[in-house]
This record gives sequence, C-alpha cells and structure tokens, in this order.
Amino acid sequence: MTVQFNLNGRRIALDVDPDRRAVDILREELGLTGTKEGCGAGECGACTILVDGVNRLSCLMLAAQLSGREITTIEGLSREGGTHPLPEAFVKHGAVQCGFCTPGMILGAAALLQENPAPTRDEIRRGISGNLCRCTGYQKIVDAVAEAARAIQEGEPSS
Amino acid sequence: MRKVFLPRDMAELWSAMADEPAARVYAGGTDLLVAMRAGTVVAPALICLERLAELQGVREEGEEIWLGAATTHAALLSNPLVGRHLPLLVQALRTLGSPPIRNMGTIGGNICTASPAGDTLPPLYVLAAEVELQSPGGRRRLPLRDFIAGPGQTRLETGEILTGVRVRKPVDANCHRFEKIGQRQALACCIVSMAALLTVTPAGVVASIRLAWGSVGPTVMEAPAAEAALTGSFMTRENLHRAAVFVRQAVAPIDDIRASAAYRREVAGNLLLRLLPG
Ligand SMILES: Cc1cc2nc3c(=O)[nH]c(=O)nc-3n(C[C@H](O)[C@H](O)[C@H](O)COP(=O)(O)OP(=O)(O)OC[C@H]3O[C@@H](n4cnc5c(N)ncnc54)[C@H](O)[C@@H]3O)c2cc1C
Ligand code: FES
Ligand code: FES
Repeated sequence: MTVQFNLNGRRIALDVDPDRRAVDILREELGLTGTKEGCGAGECGACTILVDGVNRLSCLMLAAQLSGREITTIEGLSREGGTHPLPEAFVKHGAVQCGFCTPGMILGAAALLQENPAPTRDEIRRGISGNLCRCTGYQKIVDAVAEAARAIQEGEPSS
Repeated sequence: MRKVFLPRDMAELWSAMADEPAARVYAGGTDLLVAMRAGTVVAPALICLERLAELQGVREEGEEIWLGAATTHAALLSNPLVGRHLPLLVQALRTLGSPPIRNMGTIGGNICTASPAGDTLPPLYVLAAEVELQSPGGRRRLPLRDFIAGPGQTRLETGEILTGVRVRKPVDANCHRFEKIGQRQALACCIVSMAALLTVTPAGVVASIRLAWGSVGPTVMEAPAAEAALTGSFMTRENLHRAAVFVRQAVAPIDDIRASAAYRREVAGNLLLRLLPG
C-alpha cells in the first residue's frame, strides 16, 4: 500500500507493507538510522519519534499508522543546517556515552519541553522516565535538558 | 503481509470487520503488538481504532461521565472533566507505564486486555463503571465487573467492540485514593494496587467505602467484609488493622517473578493503613 506522510518537514509517499513496524520503515526503507531499536517492546524508548509533535514508540506502530501524520525523527529535529539547543546541551554536559539512547532521549525531552517549557528537575525525570539509559546515570541528561529549557526560553542556542 | 485497516468512521469499521472476520482490533497497540511480536497472539489482519472519532474523548452526560474507549491515557490525564470528577482515575493513570506508553495506550485497551495488573481497573470497579459495547447488530451496556471474565478474558463477542466506559460522578466521595506498589517509579507492572473511594463525615466516621485491589487475584479483587467492617466506624489505625484481616482473607494472589503470594496478601491488607488521615 502507499503510505503518505510528512517526514521531517518533507512530504513523502512510500509503497510498503502496511504491517511493517514504523521503526523498520524509518531505518530500512528510509535509511534514517538515528531511530534505534532497543527492546522492541515499548520499554526502552530508543525508538522514540514525534508523531504530530507527541512522543511515541516506533516499535509499536505499524506503517499504515504513519499515514497523514507529521513525523519527526532525530535527523529532523534541527532544520536545514541549523542546530537545536537540546543536542547542543547534551554535548556540552557530556550527557552522551554510548549514544544508543540519545536520539530517543532527545526527542522525549523535546516533547516534554513543548508541553512544559520550564520543567523542574523532578518534572524532567518524570518526563524522560520512558527513556532508559544504561550508561550515564541520568544526572547529566537532566542537567542538559534543564539547560536546553533555559536556552529555548531565552530564545538563543546554549553556549 | 497482513492487511491493516485504519477506519475513519463506524461504517468503515464494520465493513473492515466484515471483510476480515478474523482480524484483531487494536488502539494503541501497547499490549497487542507486544503480544504479537512475542508470538502469543496471531492475527491474520489488523484493524486500528485510533482514528475513529466516535471512540474518542470525554463527555459529561448528566450524572455520568463517558470516556471514549480509544482515548489515550495522556488525553484523559489532560482532560478537565476527568481532573474534576475522577481524581481516583487520575492517580492511577499517572502511574501507568511511562510518558510514551500513556501517549499511545488507551483506556479501552487496558480494559480489554483484562490483566489483573491493569491499573485503570480497580478505580473503574470502585466507580461502578459500565462498558458500552457495539456491533453492527446493536449496542449493549454491561457492568465492568461482569464484562471482565478472568485473566485476559472478557465477554466481548465476535464482531463487537468496546466503544466507551461510563461512570457516575462520585459526588459524595471526599477521599479518593489509588496506591500502587511496584518495583520502581516508572514502567513498573504493579505488584499490588488498591483503589479506595470513601465518604468520611466531619467527625471522622466512614459513611461509605468502596475498595478494590489489583494483582492479587485472577481479576480485580473486592472485599465486602472489609467494607462492611469499616462502614460506620472511625478511621482509626485499630479499625483499619481489623478490616485488613478481611482483606487478606478475600484476596487470592499467586507467586510470580515480581513477588510471592504471601507478600502480596500481606501488602494488600497493609495498604488500607495508607487511608489513615495525616
Ligand atoms: C512498557 C509497557 C509498560 C506498561 N505499563 C503498564 C502499567 O503500568 N499499567 C498498566 O495497566 N498497563 C501497562 N501496560 C500495558 C498497556 O500499555 C495498557 O494496558 C494499555 O492501556 C493498553 O491500551 P492499548 O490501546 O495500547 O491496547 P491495544 O494493545 O491496542 O489492545 C489491547 C487489547 O484490547 C483489545 N482492544 C483494544 N481496544 C479495543 C476496543 N475498543 N474494543 C475491543 N477490543 C479492544 C485488543 O484487541 C487487544 O486484545 C504497559 C505496556 C508496556 C508495553
Ligand atoms: S525499541 Fe521501542 S521502546 Fe524499546
Ligand atoms: S548513553 Fe549509552 S544508553 Fe544512554
């Protein structure tokens, strides 16, 4: 079947089996390997994407469900050569070790900041509680999200 | 390759179900797609309910609140009617899964999965919820406790779907409590949970009380003897301890990887103590 949707700001139409998982479409058909598969069962958040701005798990979504949606993957978070305060703050704070959780973590944090632009540290922890990280111990991730929130509010990239 | 239908209205839904009578319906997929990947459920075709407007949202209808079956947990949590009238359900939804699971999973999916650990079920039991079922042949209403038939089992008939859940606003209740014991704060399948809805007089006497427990039996467990023991008594530690004995007699937990039956039985009773004021 042909599935049409917007992917990172571009309209696309794909001929795919409707029962393939969204994570497989993104990685295998579209080469967008920033979206990771950890558990394949909803528990780790590595496959997080934004669907109409909301963080969802691409391992529990079928290709047919992409139809008509606005999909953002980590590759599309910063548009056309620009940067985004979240990845910048992750780099600055050393919130990345192996990096496997990072794309999902950043998209989960992006959805959180959309809903709550000035979260407390506790709200950040709860907001990213569906994204597991086996390396960093989360402190630096929380630091990075807090700084990105400030940077976005001040309307300038973090320095 | 399986067909996946994405009906946009009820006519499209019924025609998809007629085309593929063995198809499985799903909403968020957070139970069904996990089970299919694990190989415990096989479906020749799938029908996704996420775009059916008829199954979405929350409505106030006189003394009742209607919750659309395909409404996500996150949508319920941000709904002002749910916030105002159903604080017990709100407390339970906050503990369910994780933010992305709440963005995808639905109340109808939680009910139809009929897990003894389903977090919306104990609150819906004490709220005396009714389910609304629909098929091309008509509609019917059933008390939730009659709809849930056992672990993973419901009285949903072939060709029928759950369209919504109805609860009466608990206007007299002045204490709404959901307690869940899990192994961690997020993404924790519950070990024992308790939902309580009480009316306590200004003098501290229990005028009415409804209680239900999750994960301590094949379905949600109730303890009428504990409710009877507490009705008309003061909310004291001694009275709650006495009622807890009836709770431990009423529940029927099992051992599993998360906890032993003995632990669950003990904690099911102890959770009553959390109702102590202050
Ligand atoms: C990582 C993870 C953590 C979780 N944590 C929790 C938790 O803490 N507490 C908890 O209670 N649950 C938890 N769950 C389970 C699940 O998320 C919930 O039960 C959720 O509410 C299911 O809703 P859904 O829409 O995704 O269901 P689906 O997977 O879409 O459907 C579930 C079942 O219900 C049927 N169904 C769905 N909607 C309808 C309908 N309208 N009519 C008829 N049949 C229907 C489907 O056929 C299927 O059998 C968790 C799941 C995952 C993957
Ligand atoms: S891969 Fe989707 S949640 Fe782990
Ligand atoms: S950086 Fe390795 S899992 Fe998070």
